[in-house]
Parts: sequence; structure tokens; C-alpha cells
Amino acid sequence: MTITPRELYQIGTYAAGNRLLDLDQRSVQAHGDRTNSITSGHRACQGCGEVLGARFVLDAAMRACDGKVVVSNSTGCLEVFSTPYPESAWQVPWVHSLFGNGAAVATGMAAGLRAQGRDDIRVVGQAGDGGTVDIGFGPLSGMFERNDDVLFVCYDNQGYMNTGVQRSGATPASAATANTKALGAEPGNIFGQGKDLPRIALAHEIPYVATATVADLHDLERKVAKAMTFRGARYLHVLVPCPLGWRSASHDTIKLARLATESGMFGVFEGERGDVTAVSPIRRQVPAEDYLRLQGRFAHLFGEHPRPDIVARLQEQADRTIARLGLLGAEPHDHTLEV
Amino acid sequence: MDKTPFAISLAPGSSTADKTGTWRTERATYVTSMPPCSNGCPAGEDVRGWLKHAETEESYEDAWRQIMIANPFPAVMGRICYHPCETACNRGVLDESVGINSVERFLGDEAIRQGWQLPKPAPTGQRVLVVGSGPSGLSAAYQLALLGHSVTVKEAASEPGGMMHYGIPSYRLPRAVLDAEIDRILTLGVEIELDSPVDDLAALMQAEHYDAAFVAVGAQIGKRAYIPAGSTSHVLDAVSLLHSVADEQPPLVGRRVAIYGGGNTAIDAARSAKRLGAAEAVVVYRRTRNRMPASDSEVHEAEEEGIAFRWLSTIDHVDADEVTLERMELDADGFPQPTGTFETLTADSVVLALGQDTDLSLLDGMHDVDVTDGVVRVDEIGMTGRSGVFAGGDMVPGERSATVAIGHGRRAARAVDTWLAGQVAEPQASGPLADFASLNTWYFEDAPRTHRSRLEAVRRSSTFDEVVVGLDAETAQYESRRCMSCGSCFSCDNCFAMCPDNAIVQLGMPGEPYAIDLDYCKGCGLCATECPSGAIAMVPEEI
Repeated sequence: MTITPRELYQIGTYAAGNRLLDLDQRSVQAHGDRTNSITSGHRACQGCGEVLGARFVLDAAMRACDGKVVVSNSTGCLEVFSTPYPESAWQVPWVHSLFGNGAAVATGMAAGLRAQGRDDIRVVGQAGDGGTVDIGFGPLSGMFERNDDVLFVCYDNQGYMNTGVQRSGATPASAATANTKALGAEPGNIFGQGKDLPRIALAHEIPYVATATVADLHDLERKVAKAMTFRGARYLHVLVPCPLGWRSASHDTIKLARLATESGMFGVFEGERGDVTAVSPIRRQVPAEDYLRLQGRFAHLFGEHPRPDIVARLQEQADRTIARLGLLGAEPHDHTLEV
Repeated sequence: MDKTPFAISLAPGSSTADKTGTWRTERATYVTSMPPCSNGCPAGEDVRGWLKHAETEESYEDAWRQIMIANPFPAVMGRICYHPCETACNRGVLDESVGINSVERFLGDEAIRQGWQLPKPAPTGQRVLVVGSGPSGLSAAYQLALLGHSVTVKEAASEPGGMMHYGIPSYRLPRAVLDAEIDRILTLGVEIELDSPVDDLAALMQAEHYDAAFVAVGAQIGKRAYIPAGSTSHVLDAVSLLHSVADEQPPLVGRRVAIYGGGNTAIDAARSAKRLGAAEAVVVYRRTRNRMPASDSEVHEAEEEGIAFRWLSTIDHVDADEVTLERMELDADGFPQPTGTFETLTADSVVLALGQDTDLSLLDGMHDVDVTDGVVRVDEIGMTGRSGVFAGGDMVPGERSATVAIGHGRRAARAVDTWLAGQVAEPQASGPLADFASLNTWYFEDAPRTHRSRLEAVRRSSTFDEVVVGLDAETAQYESRRCMSCGSCFSCDNCFAMCPDNAIVQLGMPGEPYAIDLDYCKGCGLCATECPSGAIAMVPEEI
């Protein structure tokens, strides 16, 4: 019998930290001195994915840019729950203007810094999916086209959760929302609509586009750090499950993000100048059903009057994403060595 | 705050004034629960604890000392234990159980190589007698010596070790390893008197002034079943066979040997017979392989060495050079029933391995000691009906193995110690079990088990060289790191990283890596769900 010894670190870099690894191989979030860009006392719901996503991204950006980051924030949950007057949960320079103009404000900040010769200070624009794919889309597309020096981050919770869970252009087919009720022959959000913004961003041929989720911290942080090595327009799309709008258990937020990628319902990739350059392969594939069943917004597909036909259509979407990005059989990241 | 214009500028981090922990209906709390390995270990080792030390080379000695708290024979047990810890290991559900036994052996061998010793405690002046120097007796003697008691071990045989010396063949347990671990116990000041059988315990305790006694004389007598045998037939029992081999006076077994029985002793006898020159060794067992009490790995190694098996067979009678077998079949309850069909098997000798009895004549003078079905009844702390006289190992009811015996020895030593102090020991309570469902195994690296390699079959059939080869440092460390730390925090920082409310504080102290800031914990439960090792529980708040 042959034994192939291999360095093993128990949890490698799957978990946030690891006492067997050097500190610099652990995630930024495992560092006791992380920025905590958004801190305690904010009013996000229990188990909010968006606040996690924002802290993960901005703390990583702060580390990558030696603490020199300014942030523009569109209207949305993230803005509302972080800054109820007279309190702010932000510990980074942060500005909010309107729902639709987050990217335009970021553009202006970048222009102002350039005029002052302050190329050491980096600009991050951030918004929810409503402020990105619908209401803020025009300024964002313009920002891409002009190649303004901004990293724009979309925290995608797939709907207008702050105003009472309405459908957005990022809401998946069949999901029930306040204005796409689970009624009739085609319950929930209809098939064939919506926008795939990461691919739209890629089509602008900007320097860097990536998707990520709150379930793969090391991948997300690496992408933020990588985005900061580029100048010009960059786009990061982060899936952030929403216990309120998805009607899921607050403790399942990260699990849902993981199931979204492992089922192929959300493809994780990165690309440069219009081409996909790398993907995060599926590690333990699960059927889309495993992902859907944990969410009340898809409850009408199961239960007393199940709709296996609709589940099958959603599975087809997942299979299409898997095929398009080659998510099965690709070389996995080396979780023992990746920094 | 008055001077701050509305919606113009708010102080950074001023949200901390809002104690959002008031939203909570459940609170996260760190827990430590019983891992299945320790729960399954009859010796009571803190397996998870010592595997954690074995993850880095610098703390191998700490790992070994952690084992030594429960078991003074890591190198021995790393070879002969049937490792119920591995059977119970949660990693077995994920891929393959952690090779706990092989790491234990590695650490035990390392200790012998490096000459690690134990500190001698201050003497208490109390004298305890131990009868029998098998795993149970020596385990008790070791624990009592660590507590500072003066211990004398009386051994009937001329070598110490009991069944570790006389029962287990050297191809499974080299004598140098056994002797090294016994010597270490003697270094603690334990006195051992060989060739000193005890025939009247009560008289001896009085004559030599012992305050308490632990009796572990084992089960040394091979059971004899009545089997009609011709006058020229050659029938011997497995215990005697193994004993003679250990004494280096092996009997002549002939070219073809039949071994009757299905336990580990039968397998040991068969494999030894093969090494003594038998061309054929056939194990005759009345039931089927999956109902055989012998350990799977032993049977597997025996098969590799060419041992043959006759399942569903009993021996009807024995003649000079053949054995008549009766075919059996299992009834609905799994019991073998005779079929009336007979066949013959050529055999020059027959070895009976049908279980062992105890010789308890030393207790004849103690009428308050309850002997039922040939074994001594003890209470849950190991004490017999006679106050101050404790018993363990094969002579008390329950599973018979060296590991169980070591556990009995430790339990009794603890009880003897409290009894000597005029108190009554409480049985050890175990906490809730960390089962597989409590883990989040996503976070563990994919890591198949490293298997120990084995000696080539050709050398195995002719010599008593050790069959199973130990792990090297690299593979032992790899194997240790496969431990999932079930039910205990191992500082992975997931909770700290994944709390949406920054309500987890890194303390970084050994044994207490984190604390929960209840001012801000909203009770979402993310930390508990994403904890790889199931070390966080959600507890309802009183509302």
C-alpha cells in the first residue's frame, strides 16, 4: 500500500481562521484588528447576509488599501439599517445621497480625488440589487463605460427587501414577493425576465468583474484585494441571502449562499476585460431543490400541491449556469495553500 | 449631538449606543460535549484532547501525557486495542474514521524512543495490594502510584503483563514494547513480586498490612467443551498454546491444525499455529463471519496469511488425524442449529478457543464477595461486596479486552483513593454526545485516511515479527489533523468572522478563545450553524 503524505491543515482555508496556519493565511475577518467597517448596534435583521457582505468587502478593501477607502452608498436596506438618525454604524468615510445615483456619486468622488492628485485613496460604491440592476443601472453603466476608478459592489439579496419585499430585476423566477404572489398557474416571479448584471458588466469589457457569496469568505476577500490591484471600473456582485425576504431561518443565511453555489443556482466566477478567467467549481453538488426547500418564497413549489415541473425548470437554469461556466470538473482552489 | 445638522454627519460607530441584544430570544453559548471517540473508549481517554496536541510536532509530548492520564500503555494499546473509538468516530460518516489507534502507537513509540517519564508524587504512606499484573492490575497500580500510594503487585506468573505477555502473540505486540511500558510503571515505585500466586486474599492483606486491594487475576483457564476424542487425538486449548509460545516452548501442532472458536483468541491461535510451521490452519466456527466476535482487522489479516475458515460448523468428534464436523444453519433468531449433515476435516491437532474461565479461589475466604456465573460482581465504582476490596478486568462481568481492563483499573484506583480518604467515589457522569448531526463538515478539508502498511505475507507466515508497521511523524500528524474536534472549539474563527453583529470577541486564551457580547448578540444562530465542531449551542432566553 502506498501512502502519499500531504500537508493537511484540518480545515485548511475553508473556515475563516485556522490556528495551524500563519496569521496572514487566515481571512481578514479572522483578524482581531479588522476594521469592522460596519459595527455593532446596526439594525439589520437577525442573520442578515447583507451586513455580513458589506463588512467582509469593506474590511478587505481597507486592508488592501492601507485604510484609505471612501464609500458611496445607494438607498436601500444597507443604508437604512446602518444610519438611523442620530447614529451611524459606519467606521469608514461613507456618504449616502439617493437611490439611483450611487454610481454617479462614486464617479464624482473618484474625479475629485484625481483632481487633488490623491490616487492613494480608493473609492467603493455600494448598493443593493435594486439600486444596482434597476434604479441605479444608468449611472452604473455610464461609470463602466467611462472606466471611472471605482469598485462598485452589489449586495444581491434578490429583491426590494427594505420596502417590504418587492420584486427586482434580480429576483429569481418563481420566487414569491409582495408583488409576485404565489398564485395561479405560474406562481411567483415569472420566468424569462430579469437581468444578469455580472454578465452585463462583463460585456462592458471593464478591467475586472467578479461574483462571490458570503459563504466563501476567502474567495470574496481575495477578489476584493485583486480588484484593488486594478485601476478603472470594477464590479463585484455578492450574493447575500435575506432571511426576511427569502423567508428562511436566520441561522441558514450562509448555508443558503453555499447551497446556491453548490446547486449551480448562483455561479461564482471572475473575468477581466470581457472574458471569464476563473470559476469556483462545485465541490459537493446538490440538486436545486435542496436550496429551494429552505426558503419560504419557494414554499408553493413543495407541500400540498407541489410543482415539480417548476422545480425542474429552475434546475435547468442551474444546469445551464453549470455548463456555461464549467462549474463541474474544474480544478478546485487549493484550500491548503491559497493566501 | 445638538450641533450636528440632520443627515449631514453622524459620529463613526455611534450605533453602539443601540444595544440590539435586546431583540434576542435565544442566546449563543459555547459548549463542550462528549465526542463519540472518548465516549466509546473503555479506558476513558480524552482522544480529542490528545489528537489536538498531536497536530503539531512541538506538542507530541503533551499529547502523550494526555493519553497517560487514562492509559499507561499507549505503545501497547496502539497495537492491540480493537479501537472502539474509531468505530464511533464521526469522521467515518464523512469519509473514513480517524486512525486514532495508529497515532496512539506513534506517540507511544515516540515516548519509548525519547525516554519520557512521569513525575514521582509525594508518598501518602498508604499501602495498596494489587493482585495480577495484567492490563487491569498494572493500570490500577500506575494510577495509585501517581496518587502517591505505595503499591505492591503480586503476580503468579514469572513474567509481568498478564494476557499482554501470555495471550497476545509477539507479531501483534513485540515484547520489547511491552517491557518498556511496564518498566516505566515500575520506575514510579510500584513493586512487583513475580511467581507469587495469592491463594488467600484476606489472610494476605492482614499479614502484610494492606489498607486496600485491587484484584484483577484475569480469566486464564481455557474453557473445555466435552468433545468425544480418540485416545491418540491431539487436543489442546488456545490459552495454553499461546502461553507456551510466549514462554518460547511452543508445542508441536503438526502440519494441519483445526482451531475451534470465533473469538480473537481463536484467530491468535490460528495465526500462531501457522508461524509454528502448520501448513494449514483452519478456523472452525459455528456461525457466520459477520456474527463472529473476533475483530474485523484480525480476521482480515488472518485471511491474508492464508488462514482458512469453516463457517457454520461444529466439531462433533476428534480422531487421530481427522475431525468430524457437523454442518449448522442459523435459525430465525440467528442461533446455529444442527442439520445432521457431517463432513470430515484432516487435522493433526485441534486447538480449542471457546472462551476462558477465572480461578477465583483466592476469594474463597471472603464470603461477602459475590461470585456469580464464575465472575465477581462489583458496583459501579468497581468495589466488591467486601469494603476496600476492588476488582476489575476479565474476572468481572462485561466485555473482556485489554482496553476495558485498563479502564477498570483506573476506575478502581480512583475509587480506592477516595475510599482510603474515608469517602465514597461518585460514578463518572458523561455529558451530552457530540453526534455527526451537530457538526458542519463543509469546513473540513477532504482528506482520506492514511493506512498503516503491513509486513509482507511471506515473512508473516514464518516469523513472529511484528505485522503492522507504525506511522511516521508526517503521516501521524496528517492523521491527527483529520480529527474534527467534535463538540469542542478549536479556534477556527468562523463565529468571530460570521457574526453579522460583531458580537463575538476574540479572547485568544487557551480553553477560552472567544466570548459573546450579549449587548449585541441578536440570537440569529449563524455562529452555531457555521461552527464546524458543534461547539456553540442556542439556548432560549427567559422572556
